[in-house]
Amino acid sequence: MEAFDFIEMKVPAKEEYVGVVRLSISGIANRMGFTYEDIEDLKVAISEAVTNAVTHAYEANEEGEVTIGFGIYESRLEVMVADHGGSFNLSEVKNGIGPYENNESIENLREGGFGLFLMQALMDKVEIKNDSGVIVLMTKYIDEIGVGFDDDHVSTTK
Amino acid sequence: MNLDINVTENSEKYLVHLSGEIDAYTSQKLKDTLLPLTKKKGYTLVVDLEQVNYMDSTGLGVFISVLKATKEAESSMTLINLKERVRKLFKITGLDQIININLDERGVND
Repeated sequence: MEAFDFIEMKVPAKEEYVGVVRLSISGIANRMGFTYEDIEDLKVAISEAVTNAVTHAYEANEEGEVTIGFGIYESRLEVMVADHGGSFNLSEVKNGIGPYENNESIENLREGGFGLFLMQALMDKVEIKNDSGVIVLMTKYIDEIGVGFDDDHVSTTK
Repeated sequence: MNLDINVTENSEKYLVHLSGEIDAYTSQKLKDTLLPLTKKKGYTLVVDLEQVNYMDSTGLGVFISVLKATKEAESSMTLINLKERVRKLFKITGLDQIININLDERGVND
């Protein structure tokens, strides 16, 4: 089996702890050698997942906690965000994922509709499981060359 | 991990300086501050994001609400001095097509 380190943290399902989780992933990703740009992507993606969990707990009037797991591999970081709150409407979250299109009217714009879209746009892989509570699994690979994509003549294999 | 909001009024313009992070924790306060500033017809709400070093979809949600409110009240909103990271979120979500983003408000940055 592929070797990896694992870090787990639990935070109260409250909005003020989203920033704490963000600081944690920033430290972990920095240690792993992710670029500045990738670290910023990871911060947004994990904040979206934790915010979803916290919002859900709040709406359900539950005092729960959110569990976050970091799987630290040689080539990638796997992030798990688990919300053990039960009744989560997955179809509601998946509903209308996608960027704004020019032909939509502003009145129909979803104020909370971009969270999952951003996770998918900023991570290499996102899976959502909805068995007992919701688990979001996200993966981001380390850009091995360590050079920005906009540099000339650099291709990466992912 | 907080957000400071500073509002000044000047000839049919509200200038709002933000400093800090816009996330689930701070976005409600931002929304509560910005929405009342959209109510005067003909006014422009200018939001300076130069000191915003983090934003996620909760911030996008706030600006969508504010945009809707400006349409109703016939006022307008402009975002200025966005950091590259913050601009990226407006870009990939396509919201830069409907939200007025002025990148050159203070001339060329060095």
